[in-house]
Amino acid sequence: MPRLLGVEIPADKRVEASLTYIYGIGFATSRRILEQTNIDPNTRAKDLTPQQINEIIHAITNNKIKVEGDLRRDIQGNLKRLQAINCYRGQRHRRGLPVRGQRTSTNARTRKGPRKTVGVIRNPDAKAGKV
Amino acid sequence: MARSLKKGPFVESHLLEKIDKMNASGSKKAIKTWSRRSMVTPDFVGHTFLVHNGKIFNSVFITENMVGHKLGEFSATRIFKKHGSHTAKVAK
Repeated sequence: MPRLLGVEIPADKRVEASLTYIYGIGFATSRRILEQTNIDPNTRAKDLTPQQINEIIHAITNNKIKVEGDLRRDIQGNLKRLQAINCYRGQRHRRGLPVRGQRTSTNARTRKGPRKTVGVIRNPDAKAGKV
Repeated sequence: MARSLKKGPFVESHLLEKIDKMNASGSKKAIKTWSRRSMVTPDFVGHTFLVHNGKIFNSVFITENMVGHKLGEFSATRIFKKHGSHTAKVAK
């Protein structure tokens, strides 16, 4: 199992596909990298020579493609910034609600997570028949 | 759709005038404004704005990170209501 950029251990799939296991690389980027390094996208990841692996790593770093930790940190930084300046988008992120103006009356389940039923909390001071 | 770069950021002219005057004289006073649609430019940094939200003026201190956002983003127009909060209030 070839290791790329520290932790990446893509399986014995075609390189084109196995590169997409790296966070920040999808099919488009993967293809572009392989085109630049002149590696056949159909070769299996395990059949890559050490030199080819080096070439791939070079292509990723030279093209300034942000992957893995750097990318995650960047995204976290962006969220932090939005929340720190207390703007509308930051507030929506904090509450875990949709940020881009979608409706929340229904749907929005991706952001809100599974449905939570909130029951009626009775006012403890209220007497029966006199609410 | 994003605004054309050619035009530059939109800032209400009366707001720009006020800021220019304040930057020239070096004074710092909260600026009351209704212009939520004005973009925060680097000139604004360090000033305090009182941004109208339709009802009251929320005080917004501009930091460097806020450049490029609109003033209205910092003055919420809606009250966030949680379930059960009304009963909690009554119980108090």
